[in-house]
Amino acid sequence: WGISRLPALWLKLKRLSLVGRLRRGTEGKWPRLPDSCEEELLIRPLHSGDIYASFQFRTLWDTDFLHQGKKVSHYRLFPKSLGQVLSKFSVRELHISFTQGYWRTMQWGQPIVPSPPGAELWVWFHNTVADVDGNWKELTNVLSGIFCASLNFIDSTNTVQPSASFKPLGLGNATDHRFLRYATLPREIVCTENLTPWKKLLPCGSKAGLAVLMKSEKLFHSSFHSQAVHIRPVCKDWQCSSTAWELRQTLNVVFDLYTSGQGKKEWSLFKMFSRTLTEACPLASSSKVYVDVTDNPELFDLSPATSVLNTAVVLGDRRTYSVYDLTQKETFGQLRSLNLVLRWKGESDMLRPLLHAERYVAGFGLQTGEIHTLIYNNHPYRAFPVLLLDSVPWYLRLYIHTLTVTSKTRENKPSYIHYQPSKDRLRPHLLEMLVQLPPHSVTEVTVQFERALLKWTEYTPDPNHGFYVGSSVISALVPSVVAMDTNNTQERPLFSSFFPTKEESSYFVRVYTEPLLVNLPTPDFSMPYNVICLTCTVVAVGYGSFYNLLTRTFQVEEPSQPLAKRLANVIRRIRGVPLL
Amino acid sequence: MANFIFLPILALINLLFLLTTVHSNSFETKATQFFNSGHTNNWAVLVCTSRFWFNYRHVANVLSVYRSVKRLGIPDSHIVLMLADDMACNHRNPKPATVFSHKNMELNVYGDDVEVDYRGYEVTVENFLRVLTGRLPPSTPRSKRLLSDDRSNILIYLTGHGGNGFLKFQDSEEISNVELADAFEQMWQKRRYNELLFIIDTCQGASMYERFYSPNIMALASSQVGEDSLSHQPDLAIGVHLMDRYTFYLLEFLEDIHPASQANMNDLFKVCPKSQCVSTPGHRTDLFLRDPRSVLITDFFGSVRKVEITREAVNLTSAAEQPVEATSIRKEPKSEPLSYVDQLPVAEIIHQKPKQKDWHPPDGFILGLWTLILLVFFKTYGIKHLKHIF
Repeated sequence: WGISRLPALWLKLKRLSLVGRLRRGTEGKWPRLPDSCEEELLIRPLHSGDIYASFQFRTLWDTDFLHQGKKVSHYRLFPKSLGQVLSKFSVRELHISFTQGYWRTMQWGQPIVPSPPGAELWVWFHNTVADVDGNWKELTNVLSGIFCASLNFIDSTNTVQPSASFKPLGLGNATDHRFLRYATLPREIVCTENLTPWKKLLPCGSKAGLAVLMKSEKLFHSSFHSQAVHIRPVCKDWQCSSTAWELRQTLNVVFDLYTSGQGKKEWSLFKMFSRTLTEACPLASSSKVYVDVTDNPELFDLSPATSVLNTAVVLGDRRTYSVYDLTQKETFGQLRSLNLVLRWKGESDMLRPLLHAERYVAGFGLQTGEIHTLIYNNHPYRAFPVLLLDSVPWYLRLYIHTLTVTSKTRENKPSYIHYQPSKDRLRPHLLEMLVQLPPHSVTEVTVQFERALLKWTEYTPDPNHGFYVGSSVISALVPSVVAMDTNNTQERPLFSSFFPTKEESSYFVRVYTEPLLVNLPTPDFSMPYNVICLTCTVVAVGYGSFYNLLTRTFQVEEPSQPLAKRLANVIRRIRGVPLL
Repeated sequence: MANFIFLPILALINLLFLLTTVHSNSFETKATQFFNSGHTNNWAVLVCTSRFWFNYRHVANVLSVYRSVKRLGIPDSHIVLMLADDMACNHRNPKPATVFSHKNMELNVYGDDVEVDYRGYEVTVENFLRVLTGRLPPSTPRSKRLLSDDRSNILIYLTGHGGNGFLKFQDSEEISNVELADAFEQMWQKRRYNELLFIIDTCQGASMYERFYSPNIMALASSQVGEDSLSHQPDLAIGVHLMDRYTFYLLEFLEDIHPASQANMNDLFKVCPKSQCVSTPGHRTDLFLRDPRSVLITDFFGSVRKVEITREAVNLTSAAEQPVEATSIRKEPKSEPLSYVDQLPVAEIIHQKPKQKDWHPPDGFILGLWTLILLVFFKTYGIKHLKHIF
């Protein structure tokens, strides 16, 4: 398909952009199309020498998927496969992410778009849906076909219904948590086969604009790779009287200094992606590259230099960005290609993120264990509340009476606990707690568990690898040093408008802990075969010999005589003399 | 004298007649070939059944056939690719997102445009048989289905570890040759294929096609019963064997095939003789109705369409102007501005009562009920019955 249609598609793209330009020239007024798309790339050098690149592609479409009467049939920039999913299953919000690697908050700070290792899917359904579980099951199957992932393994044993976390990120005021479903697959592998359909959802595909940089050989040779799709209703315009659908496709990748950078603290687009930028996507209304230069010129220098600077408040910090506008021809210079180069000049100290978390399993043996979750509040004088969501599979039987929350060696009682016990083979444990973190402290949450013995058909083909427990989710409103911008409707870079901000003094952040790998007591699968062999051997030897002894008679047989004697006997028979 | 002139002229006239007849014969053969193969679409089911890093070569086998099949024209929507483990993004792979088939990392068969339909734990005997017979749960997406009809030519390629009469799936289960033969018979009875080419690259592979009994199946295997299929060459940087011998030479053979190629099945049977493969590849054509000599490689590996080239130009009408919904015209009812939901409403959460789905009686109700029953009992029948209880 792809090879023969490439030139035709390219011509169609060119024609579209040409038609657009012609129309603008003749009419003078740009007719307002119902959909638009923007793309941007944020490059942030990290203090450890690594470099963080975050792509965001946003498509805004003013249409009504959930309208019962008229079916949407003409798709332009919005991908048809996702549009049909939204209307068929009455989805209000959809967030799906595929991540390889774990985000190291202590070394890299907070990510722009957080995601846990593996696959994560959470969906808000419309409040007209009668059978949410049925829709959820079918939705996961359809998405597994779209993204080439094993999302069909999401069923009632790993789906939870959080009661306070994961409030909708889009517009609306109904927050009945009966319409929310959340599931993670920590074992899910992310590879080129997930990136291929993800790239095909972009309006320009991977042929023009920022998506040309996405070469899988470079993207997966990194410390962290995460690709996500977020669909939600947002304000159509600054008055915010009606909604439009927003589709955000994000790709975050952290390139390691030693594996991709060969130890040299010098990064360029060519070194990171093995490609340079040559043009913007013709269908995009804005296409920009932002480079975080808050530490420039002391830390590194950037070439080609640009005078366009932009400041934005992101994650509680005011940062300065150099902006490269790809829709302007001058950005590409003489060579018609843009290759940003960052050269480090000196060392710097590590920043301390205000909130981060760790989790590990303690204990020994294959019967019991203990899950410890440590949440660090590094703010010197402010305390703030965090909401901890834990979803533990049913085969780790949690003893909730052993749940303790301690901060600074004193007991810290959570102000809200929601616990839903598990049912064997039906649903997992769900534990949600609202904990107040004292300033400059470590809060430890411990709970003991017992490991269950599964039925022998329930083990995976490689059970000695272990079983994964999904990451804990910590949602918090962290106090901000700088006043956050609460005006959600004005033009802002995409990376600063992912989480909506309601108040100026704090910003919302979501931190994921590591997933756990737990060994369950595993039977010896060769045992049935060994038992059958041994038993059959014993039965064969024992019964066989017994049967032979009973049913066979013994007859004495004359041994055959040597040749000389036989000849002599023949002669004697002829002579009539008795034989030897 | 005249004879000497007459004879060459006669010979020349005869030659001319012969040439014209030969020319018309070639047109006829081309015409018959045009209508020969009865298929209208092509499908491929490519399965790797082995898990774990040291079985890298099985994934490379399948991906090299996938690559050839895609190159010759079968689109991703018509390929069901099943990989039991992930080698490309495996943490032991020194070059992530690549799967090589030749040592010194010459050819990356994984590529940049690959869609795997069944991966990891999804590759089971049950799923494989369900794909073949089409008996999948209703919510299965299209990309995971084999939507073939009675005019489809299907290529089925299996690789992994096998034995005499079975193929091992993922180190935990096996499929036997009888099950496979029955699945193909189900496909035949449901008219799910026109012709089927079955290739298997495992140890003792010929045992897997011994039991076939449905018509129009051609089978190839990399080794006979009692023989092992061997692997080709290891790569010292990656540390494992990269390909199996039979598929390595099959890939070399397929790299020379292009969509217009006229190579036929007899050439495919000659791939990897005993001198190269160490094992003896086998094939089975008795169930196939056509002569293998007249079956083109592209009948199964490619998606060759019969196209008719036309030289006349077609006028396209200009695209109809989309009625742009001007927001000013639409009289929207004045509604209140919508707002985003508070992400962590602490006060609301603390005062939230847990929603109970089942109704439970209030606390102490059961205790109170029993106390009431006991009191009434002793009131009616007297206190002396208390000794029967305690």
